[in-house]
Amino acid sequence: MRIDLTPRANRSALMDALSPVLAFLAALVVGGFVVAALGRSPAAAFVTYFVAPLSEVWSLQEVALKAAPLALIATGLAFCFRANVWNIGAEGQFVMGGLFGGWIGVATHGATGNTAWVLPLMLVVGTLAGLLYALIPALLKVRLGVSEILTSLMLVYVAELLLDYMARGPLRDPAGFNFPQSVAFDEAARLPYLMEGDTLHAGVAIALAVLVLASLVLARTLFGFTVRVVGASPRAARFAGFSDARLTLAVFAVSGAAAGLAGISEVAGRIGQLQPSISPGYGFTAIIVAFLGRLSPVGILVAALVIALTTIGGEGAQIDLKLPLDLTRAFQGLLLALVLGADALSRYRVRLVPGVAA
Amino acid sequence: MSLDILQMVLVTVIAAATPLMIAALGELVAERAGVLNLGVEGMMVLGAATGFAVAVETGSTLVGAAAGAGAGLALSALFGLLTVVLSANQVASGLAMTILGLGLSGLVGASYVGLKREPAPHLALPGLSDLPGIGRLLFGQDAFVYLAFALAAGVWWFLLRTRSGLVLRAIGDDHTATHALGLQVRKVRFLAVLFGGACAGLAGAYLSLSYTPFWAPAMTAGRGWIALALVVFASWRPFRVLAGAMLFGGATVLQLNAQAAGIGLPGQLLSALPYLATILALVLLSLGRRQGGSLAPASLGRVFTPHR
Amino acid sequence: MIPVVPPARTEGPTPLFGAYGIVKRFGDFTANDGIDLEIRAGEIHALLGENGAGKSTLMKILYGLLEPSEGVVTHRGDVVRLANPEAARALGIGMVFQHFSLCENLTVAENIALVMPRSLSGRGLKARIAAVGTTYGLHLDPDRPVWSLSAGERQRIEIIRCLLQDPHLVILDEPTSVLTPGEADLLFGVLERLRDEGRALLYISHRLDEVRRLCTRATILRGGRVVGTCDPRTETARSLAAMMVGVQVGEVTPPAGEAAGPERLVLSGLTLSAPGLHGTALNRVSLSVRGGEIVGIAGIAGNGQAELFDALSGEALAPEPGMVRFDGVMSGRLGITARRRGGAGFVPEERNGHGAAPTLSLSDNAILSRHATAGLSRFGFLRRAAARSLARAVIDTFDVRKAGPDPAAGTLSGGNLQKYLMGREILAEPGILVVNQPTWGVDALAAAHIRQALLDLAGRGAAVLVMSQDLDELFEIAGRIAVLHDGTLSPAVPTGETTRETLGLLMGGAEPAAVPPQISMVADAPRVPTHAH
Repeated sequence: MRIDLTPRANRSALMDALSPVLAFLAALVVGGFVVAALGRSPAAAFVTYFVAPLSEVWSLQEVALKAAPLALIATGLAFCFRANVWNIGAEGQFVMGGLFGGWIGVATHGATGNTAWVLPLMLVVGTLAGLLYALIPALLKVRLGVSEILTSLMLVYVAELLLDYMARGPLRDPAGFNFPQSVAFDEAARLPYLMEGDTLHAGVAIALAVLVLASLVLARTLFGFTVRVVGASPRAARFAGFSDARLTLAVFAVSGAAAGLAGISEVAGRIGQLQPSISPGYGFTAIIVAFLGRLSPVGILVAALVIALTTIGGEGAQIDLKLPLDLTRAFQGLLLALVLGADALSRYRVRLVPGVAA
Repeated sequence: MSLDILQMVLVTVIAAATPLMIAALGELVAERAGVLNLGVEGMMVLGAATGFAVAVETGSTLVGAAAGAGAGLALSALFGLLTVVLSANQVASGLAMTILGLGLSGLVGASYVGLKREPAPHLALPGLSDLPGIGRLLFGQDAFVYLAFALAAGVWWFLLRTRSGLVLRAIGDDHTATHALGLQVRKVRFLAVLFGGACAGLAGAYLSLSYTPFWAPAMTAGRGWIALALVVFASWRPFRVLAGAMLFGGATVLQLNAQAAGIGLPGQLLSALPYLATILALVLLSLGRRQGGSLAPASLGRVFTPHR
Repeated sequence: MIPVVPPARTEGPTPLFGAYGIVKRFGDFTANDGIDLEIRAGEIHALLGENGAGKSTLMKILYGLLEPSEGVVTHRGDVVRLANPEAARALGIGMVFQHFSLCENLTVAENIALVMPRSLSGRGLKARIAAVGTTYGLHLDPDRPVWSLSAGERQRIEIIRCLLQDPHLVILDEPTSVLTPGEADLLFGVLERLRDEGRALLYISHRLDEVRRLCTRATILRGGRVVGTCDPRTETARSLAAMMVGVQVGEVTPPAGEAAGPERLVLSGLTLSAPGLHGTALNRVSLSVRGGEIVGIAGIAGNGQAELFDALSGEALAPEPGMVRFDGVMSGRLGITARRRGGAGFVPEERNGHGAAPTLSLSDNAILSRHATAGLSRFGFLRRAAARSLARAVIDTFDVRKAGPDPAAGTLSGGNLQKYLMGREILAEPGILVVNQPTWGVDALAAAHIRQALLDLAGRGAAVLVMSQDLDELFEIAGRIAVLHDGTLSPAVPTGETTRETLGLLMGGAEPAAVPPQISMVADAPRVPTHAH
């Protein structure tokens, strides 16, 4: 007996759209069992995780604030993954963006006069820093054929250590009682708030704008077309005259720029200064968001909201139901695993066939 | 430096290197079969939590270690189902396992945070273990350390001296050719993945049962990723994994000691050395690639769907 | 199993292996249509035929990779069932494939050990490899990694793997296709030794000289059927070729009208090294195609057509720019988009995966090759509406049948997709069009449509180059025909001045100088050979 996979000739678009939803429902069921095993009511848990965060303004804001960097990074990653290029180092590119953009904020602290240029400069520098940092693994791949998975991953640690060093050392606030953090940024170096309450900052708007832009580029431009073709049919892409090497560099640049922008948005938005750690793993969670969202901007938006929702919901569940935060993490991991499995089942017809095991 | 201090340092280095060795050797086998498992970190931390929890409940380090290995194996079975059987994307599946493993480990270990238990017993041979300078080093380690070295020898012997190991290496080199020859590509890959998962879980159990005899959330602190880097650094050769693990383990010790000794280099730079060294090693591997030859398993990471 | 008395039993000892009434269908397509074949011990038996004649299907049936739809295989007169290669090997059938199944980074001994049963793959293996090597003259250093070996040496591994299992029948699939002449001679020595030991060999090849040298019997396939059996030593290469390609009385006259246009596509001494192990190097290919004419390149698959196409399209760059000239412009080092901008169009052999991306819609596939030449992108933005209307124009003009307004390319039938890809290029009114296998796998109606479109395009002054394995097609549409064999192109001769059998000889590897040109013949007159060979 062996398991035989035959590619389905006609993939129904309905099944394609439905399979992540089915995976989500399956994950809910499993989660419900685990919650029950932990001695809590699954129904109450469901409400706390998925409904409660949507019911109040401040929690909605929190969801948006958490979803924004995820969606932004994942959008950039979608370009890479569609082209079969594996950027695992978005976390490092995020950190570099926050570090170098934030450096401007520290350097311009206390400046007087016209400071309208500070914030835009920070954003540009942060974006560029992420872009250039991402070009390192890209160049190593294109020129030397080195696996971009390992190089981009190793560079994450390097970036984190660099930030740690800078925040505790050269960029530390001399008047800060030896706390490992930089000066708090001036008003001019902070992202403006979008509404009352001093929580929801412009980073959300930036993320949305980039999402729309990316959607346009993928669907409407020749570059986006190239990205779509290279991943689907590399030989046809060459027949179209598209160069593999240039494309690899381009998608890494896009992805690094998006991650860098997310990094500086977080630093200039929520955090307001440089600290040894500025990311609760956004770069890695964004990879999940990208796959959950099927590498399309719309899907990514939905997936980012779901992940952010469950994260905020998890924090609420910790307080209200004493459910551990790890449950959220486990749920997110399980969800991705189920989505991948469901995707495989919609791509192939799986049968048990007599014969020698393959 | 006196012999005793040298021995202390070496013992510390070996202790730091052991979890890396065990996890990397398991991943090495999986990668030699052609499967890239990015879920090592998740399997390791789950093994740490499970191992500690079971050891506390049963009072036995041995049972705890076995449970840790079992937890890693179970998670890797899910990974194998996705990637080997359903031909899903290996990168995404591995990352899903890491996140799932991290989450599950927190759940499993929740009620055991803050508990302490006896560290794993160390070997005590009368006379031998008390030899000055080398007694503790050679004859006074715990079982995990000896297991790690034995595992290196065992993996070497299996891969390079047995027929099954040859088949595994062949599959990792060219899954199309081996499939055409009638070899069971998916079965071998699945078993290799299971072995890798068990090793990762065991390495995690070492952390919570011997290295620091307690469980703390996310206590693997990225060691799983280092183990992945270590496999490449060692060019997929078992004994080089041993050497590399010492280097990487030594870097941690070096960093702590350098800071204590007041050496000018920032601690972060020393901590970054293993990662930078890995990138350098990868570059050198690519530059030195012989024409037509490849040091990495040639079908590593590539999706295999058998067509009959 | 009830022993079945096979029909048409020949005199003499029972053949070692027999295949009787073999029919194999794949859906609507019949690859083998009632084939009888008998192989005797101590004989090297050739299996001849052009591509698509059914050789590889029959071979797979004999090795257990396929089971016949009808018919039986016998072993020493008893009917047997070959359900898989293991069953075939158990009966003593061994096979040396054309494409090797070798792991590059393992050594010779390791690769051989992979297929040996566990008990035989230990210490004694190296000694046995050495023994086989000595007996048959197949010397190999067992510790060398495969990537460092030449094609001939790699083939030796396959042969040793096969011989170590003591086969009674050895099937060889195009064994000399990757060998130098010297290596081929060595191989023949080995094969003759095997024959003298009483084994049977089934030798599949296009190379008529080799077949005449080695084989004592030949079965010739055409169109899935046996069209003749003979002793090759008593035949001439010409007569074998004639049986392979078929002699047809009353050839279609190619379109009238001398090509008087300027030279638009010129290849000058195009030389390109082989891309990888199983590729074919191009050797000083020279050709010129004038405006208004269609030049055909005949040849059996695998003789350099794909490599020549890539060099023409720009997917592979020539060493010197002057080796390829489009309308006088030296284009050898230009990329495909630049060549398209210069007015050239290309249709590759592989529809899904090369000419088109199967998961993309037809309008997206229009963008694929026409983004630079049909104004389908402006300032980096795609002009989707323009792409859709281009796609519609192609669909309407070329009668492309499909489901839905803009379906994925992969959902179209072969014929319709080919019409679309042809139309996509032809509607650009290229000055030069290069096509590789225009009607392969295409139904007759669509094929006729495509051929007419090519003729019409040439009639409008374009230079058209068609590579095809279908001689009938080339005789129908081409004004001049050249033959590509092993990366070398014979001089192009006017269609009216050559015959199928002449071309067949060239396709089989005869030296162009040795093949006398045939005077064009009156339609119904019987053919009279002008030379005795």
